Amino acid sequence: MRFIFKTDYDQDIRILKHSGYWWSYGVLLAVLVAAPSLLGSYLQSQLVFVFIYAIVGVALMILTGFTGQASLGHAAFLAIGAYTAGFMQSIGVPFIVYFPLAAVLTGVVGALVGFPALRLHGIYLVIATIAFAFIVEEVLARWESVTHGNEGMRVRALNLFGQPLPRDSDAFYFLCLLVLVGSVLLALNLLRSPTGRAFVAIRDSETAGKSMGIDLAAYKVKSFAISAAITGMAGVLFAHKMTFISPEMFTLLLSIEFIMVIIIGGAFGVHGAIFGAIFIVMVDPFLTALKDDVPVLVASIADSLGMAPEAAAQLRDKLAKIGSAAGLKGAIYGLIIMMFILFEPYGLYGRWLKVKLFFQLFPLYKRATFKRQKTYVKSERNR
Amino acid sequence: MLDFIQQLVSGIALGCVYGLIALGFVLIYKATEVVNFAQGDLMMLGGFFVFTFIGLMGIDYWLGFLFAVCGMAVFGMATERILVRPILGYPQFSIVMATIGLGYFLRSIAGMIWGTDDLRIETPFSAGVLKVGDLVLAHDKLSVIVATVILCAVLYAFFNYTRMGTAMRATSENMLAAYYMGIPVKRVVSLIWAISAAVAACAGVLLAPITFIHSNVGLVLGLKAFPAAVLGGFGSIPGALVGGLIIGVIESLAGFYLPQGWKDIAPYLVLLIMLLVRPQGLFGLSMRKKV
Repeated sequence: MRFIFKTDYDQDIRILKHSGYWWSYGVLLAVLVAAPSLLGSYLQSQLVFVFIYAIVGVALMILTGFTGQASLGHAAFLAIGAYTAGFMQSIGVPFIVYFPLAAVLTGVVGALVGFPALRLHGIYLVIATIAFAFIVEEVLARWESVTHGNEGMRVRALNLFGQPLPRDSDAFYFLCLLVLVGSVLLALNLLRSPTGRAFVAIRDSETAGKSMGIDLAAYKVKSFAISAAITGMAGVLFAHKMTFISPEMFTLLLSIEFIMVIIIGGAFGVHGAIFGAIFIVMVDPFLTALKDDVPVLVASIADSLGMAPEAAAQLRDKLAKIGSAAGLKGAIYGLIIMMFILFEPYGLYGRWLKVKLFFQLFPLYKRATFKRQKTYVKSERNR
Repeated sequence: MLDFIQQLVSGIALGCVYGLIALGFVLIYKATEVVNFAQGDLMMLGGFFVFTFIGLMGIDYWLGFLFAVCGMAVFGMATERILVRPILGYPQFSIVMATIGLGYFLRSIAGMIWGTDDLRIETPFSAGVLKVGDLVLAHDKLSVIVATVILCAVLYAFFNYTRMGTAMRATSENMLAAYYMGIPVKRVVSLIWAISAAVAACAGVLLAPITFIHSNVGLVLGLKAFPAAVLGGFGSIPGALVGGLIIGVIESLAGFYLPQGWKDIAPYLVLLIMLLVRPQGLFGLSMRKKV
């Protein structure tokens, strides 16, 4: 176990707590930079999706994890970013201009959504963001001169300084990595600045924050704007990765997936967004594997245990049928959400911290370290 | 003018549908300050239950109705016991997410068990129409209106004039204090989930001839019922009915008079305006912040 000897007040707000982290994160970054030359194109493409989901996860972490304002409307911000990219590109604006412009535009929209949030909290805010997302979805479907309506919109390959960066190229991968690292650094820096402190104070207690002189209205709007702007940047990358965007891609279900990213990852640290993004993106390939491999595997085990070959074949077909049932993905998503909330409310990152602490304190680890205190429901009506 | 009245009437019928679902939200919110995002899916499940009893097993309509309502009440109780009780008292958003997860789960499981086709059942309300002058109102819609009004009245009386209703209001106000006063909080919460699921089952059965039974019906109608519940004030039973009526009428009139597309977003626009102007809703208690 490492004891950190503090000699300076600045040590409390350093991004990397001690020199060991330089090594571990340096190695991680080196692996990610080397990844395109090591991995096949399929895994590289999956990694790009992980990056995009992680960027949205970081954005949502700032809003939900740090400021405590729940949002089920982030798919709409992603859509605004994506459509800005698509439209700007079609009228000949270069990437270097429309990328920041998309961020600014979604940021402004985010601030506008944040205004009603001043008077709302908890469940009302969730409902308001859902309503906002529905309205955006409908506008995208109807505003045909810009969005081409329900037919959807083709997005050409990204063009940076006259160099095309196709969706599968290494350069596009590095661009996504760069944006992800940038937004992670932004979030971490934000968290140690007065603004970030104010966000956390608002999350923990609005009343206490207000008494400490925090302008609730300004900081909530700021949090919404920053979160939306980062999501807008992710939207630009998303549009270029998909090469085709249409309103039905940005539904409530996508917003729920984004919330799942931070719940599964653990909604109390930027790490959580990354863990969650990896998990969510990997669910699909995992399900495919489940469909293809598990029935064969089970049948061969049954066969080797002395089951009659016909019975084993029947078992295999039955399992394959369950695996390819239409709604399996929804059921598994639902189960994952419920299981995480019931059994691991701190998410994957929380589990990682527990495992780490277990080995650090080896014989002395107490389970109660991470026990959540039971609270009792009190009315929010006169909170 | 006749067009307007006909639209108004069909809007009222639609509004009662929303009101009936919103009633389920309101009940659970009123007793435990939890919002059940799976309410629409409980309704869907109620529809499938009644299809199983009436369509597959051939039981009489009213008996099947009763079985479905009782079955859903037990299901609601089980949901509360397994999913909600362990996380009651944690931040509201985690319960919201858990019920969203439940909704996902129920939708796809129902799709796997009963298939993804539109199912329909024979009901006493399927065919007839009521004519008043030139106005036409189908019996199935009339049954929804009547049932919504009756259920609202009964539940309103239950909450305001019975001991159990008072206990439920006390529980929502402050759970710990309710424990100290000798209120069986666990039983209260369990009961309210049972009642809410039973109301959802009623909605599912009555909507079966109108929307047919389909695994996605709950998602669509459930999300439309939110504006209704918010509009009426999230904790008010008459509010659910009034909010539902307003949303239904607005949607119906917007579909008739405004260009295409407005029909779908009008309820949400009204919702956002309402949240800006009067977040506590029409009948909601005023929110005060105390330090």
